[in-house]
Amino acid sequence: MRDVLLDRIQFGLTASFHFIFPPLSLGVGLILLVFGVQSVRTKDPKWRQLSLFWVRIYGLIFAMGVATGIVMEFEFGTNWSVYSRYVGNVFGSLLAAEGIFAFMLEGGFLGLMLFGGTRLGNRMWLFATSMVVVGAHFSATWIIMANSWMQTPQGYEITQGPNGPMAVMTNFWEVVFTPSFIPRLLHVLVASWMLGAAMVASVSAWYLLKDRHVDVARTMMKVALPIFCVLSVLQVAVFGAQQATVVAEEQPVKLASMEGLWETRDCAPLYLFGWVDTADQTTSGVSIPCMLSVLVGFTPSTEVQGLNEFPADERPNINLVFQVYHAMIDLGMVFVGVSALVAFTAWRRRLYTSRFVLRVLVVNVVLVFAAIIAGWWTAEFGRQPWIVWDQLRTADAASPNLSTTTVAISLVGFVVVYSLLAVVFFWLLNQKIQAGPPDPPDESEVESLPDSFGEIFARRPRASSRVG
Amino acid sequence: MWLNQLWFVLYVVIIGGYVILDGFDLGVGMLSPFVARSDHDRRVLLNSIGPVWDGNEVWLVLGGGALFAAFPFVYASLFSGFYLAHMAVLLVLILRAVAIEFRSKRESARWRTTWDWFFTISSTGIAFLLGVALGNVLRGVPIDDQGNLNVDFLSLLSPYALLLGVAAVLMLALHGGIFLTMKVSDELLGRVEQLVPRLMVAFFVVMTAVIAWTLFLPEDFAQNFRDRPWTAVFPAAAFVAVLVAWRSIRASEHGRAFLASASMIGLLMASVAAALYPVMLPASNDAANSLTIYNAASTQETLTVMLVVAVIGMPFVLLYTAGVYYFFRGRVQLDEDSY
Ligand code: HDD
Ligand code: HEM
Ligand code: HEM
Repeated sequence: MRDVLLDRIQFGLTASFHFIFPPLSLGVGLILLVFGVQSVRTKDPKWRQLSLFWVRIYGLIFAMGVATGIVMEFEFGTNWSVYSRYVGNVFGSLLAAEGIFAFMLEGGFLGLMLFGGTRLGNRMWLFATSMVVVGAHFSATWIIMANSWMQTPQGYEITQGPNGPMAVMTNFWEVVFTPSFIPRLLHVLVASWMLGAAMVASVSAWYLLKDRHVDVARTMMKVALPIFCVLSVLQVAVFGAQQATVVAEEQPVKLASMEGLWETRDCAPLYLFGWVDTADQTTSGVSIPCMLSVLVGFTPSTEVQGLNEFPADERPNINLVFQVYHAMIDLGMVFVGVSALVAFTAWRRRLYTSRFVLRVLVVNVVLVFAAIIAGWWTAEFGRQPWIVWDQLRTADAASPNLSTTTVAISLVGFVVVYSLLAVVFFWLLNQKIQAGPPDPPDESEVESLPDSFGEIFARRPRASSRVG
Repeated sequence: MWLNQLWFVLYVVIIGGYVILDGFDLGVGMLSPFVARSDHDRRVLLNSIGPVWDGNEVWLVLGGGALFAAFPFVYASLFSGFYLAHMAVLLVLILRAVAIEFRSKRESARWRTTWDWFFTISSTGIAFLLGVALGNVLRGVPIDDQGNLNVDFLSLLSPYALLLGVAAVLMLALHGGIFLTMKVSDELLGRVEQLVPRLMVAFFVVMTAVIAWTLFLPEDFAQNFRDRPWTAVFPAAAFVAVLVAWRSIRASEHGRAFLASASMIGLLMASVAAALYPVMLPASNDAANSLTIYNAASTQETLTVMLVVAVIGMPFVLLYTAGVYYFFRGRVQLDEDSY
């Protein structure tokens, strides 16, 4: 077997880069729905103005999501052909279903959403937007279903395929509802909505700091901050905790690595930060006694399995998993702190003027993003050495006919292209934010746009200078 | 076993759908430098495909997913076997998506020209690489008994495959040109109308060369047509579609010309599929290692699940694709949310 390190780096890089964009689409999409509903309800042109502004940003995010997502679709086949043959029966179907149910819906309605500002009335524009946003959520659902099957596989049996063993589906519903699927889906969706809200809040805070577009910025804050504050508390208290419980049940060695727990014990501590020394088999740092047991089983007497229960060749890179996991949960607590700060200043009626709080909100979005990536790295690094949990090792899953040089060439290619894209993307994003929202649309003009299916389909084609 | 056959047909339909739909927007990208004279013209071209190109590209993603699910062994062998070629395809796909999105974001002429070139080169590149890939799939590649391909990048560039690449470029440029006749107006329309018949002649000549060469290849592609004479309908109807397209263009019946061109592409794809069936990826070293719709497929259970998925999903897809095309019909006019 050849060394798979470069394939792993390439997959991790491309997946992580792709994953900058979908959570933004999910989160900003949610906020756009709020704006849309408000325009329908109140007819106040400021909501439409906000939609016009964020739809443009959405278009930019979406294009990057598509460009990097196409890579993902084919990368299983290019770099992990043994894996693809092994799981095609099960995993391939989920990916194909994502294409039909999710991407088609998004792709179909995206045009209407992006160009709806000058062509559709409030209700129809909201309809188009909601189709795209629903599509994005379907997409997340299917891809997380696929990923969850790799983490906690069930509903399959191993049979002898034409070139080695392979998994075949025995029960579709078991494949869909693997034990980790729903908790993971909820955790990821909540994280993405937090990101969207933090993004909108960050832009508004920046406008307020610069004393620009003040009215609009306050409106955006009023929408985004409550969402962010409520979700960040729920994320830590409910959805994150739930994830940890599932990992403890389904992938105990992963949980032991996340917390650097060597010996099986009750009253296991939860570290705030620390360092795992794999050679000495020790973990040092600042911890809350018994908290891990409480998180996993809701009582301090819950016994948590330690790393020593598992053979050394079935453990991941423990310190790495520990560090990225703690980055996520520490940031999770930071967000609760930020929310408390926001709630307090809002109560003191100083939210729009406190430069300190506004500055915190400007950078907050970057931290949310970091937490999301750290979370995925926990899930994926913690899954090692398995690509399909307990069934197929990552080291055995790569395409055997590739040479290290070939993979190195593509990896360098991705690094170069993605770096350039990242630069251009952030630069354009910045430009759009600097340019600020457009002028509020004229009410009578909005009135004249078609706003029901009947009006849309009875409409004459756009004026043409030459009839063909 | 009928499920395997049905999935082969569905797969050809999806790929055909991709080539027909994304085909015209690739064509628009290729023609852009030849027909556009001003920034305004270029924006009109870009906006002719603006609301639909993303949806069109999803057909490719769908093709990847359907292949993975229904014929995982073809998915695994093909993509790992043509590794660098696929990386090149991915690169041009990425560049094209961002070129469309980024181009009009700034006024600067340098900025716009740069992305215009990315747009044109990547559009041409995708069509060319797809043609080359088809050439290699048709002629077969060495496949070992584990299903792994052993080919190096350069050997993919055989003269026959290159010719197919050129044919694909011309075909999609033509298709894009015909699409534009429905979408643009004034002088721009005049230039497109001048270009289209020339493209058509060029495509016809190259296509004749391709067919002649194919008939002289050592592999016997006519065998399948002799076994199942009714499949000869596909190439015959494709030929009729070419003639209809030619006449409609001459008569300035743009809508009909587009339908004819779309049918021609679909029928050509069907002809290729009929010639290969039931093989999906022929092994040039040993026919026993060829990947077919039987030995490369998922189990019957998976194919059934997938069929249910397709039966539920496809009507919706067709419904809103048609709705969106209807909504954006007519000639392009620029306004403030245009690209
Ligand atoms: C805003 C982002 C965010 C925040 C604040 C948190 N998480 Fe998280 N976490 C994610 C974003 C995320 C994620 C990106 O959505 C992940 C990656 C994979 C997944 O299922 O969700 C994730 C994974 C993930 C996993 C790994 C699941 C696995 O390996 O299968 C666990 C155990 C937790 N989280 C637990 C927590 C806890 C206890 C938190 C409370 C402090 C927490 N997360 C806050
Ligand atoms: C979008 C968030 C995701 C991120 C940031 C991410 C990140 C990573 C990283 C860092 C690795 C390398 C791990 C290692 O080799 O030690 C990896 C591997 C992998 N991931 Fe993910 N991943 C994500 C989502 C997914 C999803 C949704 C799937 C499946 C549908 C998936 C499938 C895989 C596969 C097949 C590998 C290669 C085998 C391996 O090295 O484990 N990933 N990912
Ligand atoms: C949890 C992880 C993931 C989520 C939630 C997710 C979600 C999304 C979303 C919402 C989009 C639409 C584009 C956008 O809005 O930016 C998208 C694009 C895409 N994603 Fe991901 N994705 C994830 C990881 C992956 C992985 C691992 C793959 C590989 C199979 C993948 C394949 C794709 C493809 C092919 C596209 C382009 C679709 C198009 O053309 O519209 N995604 N993804």
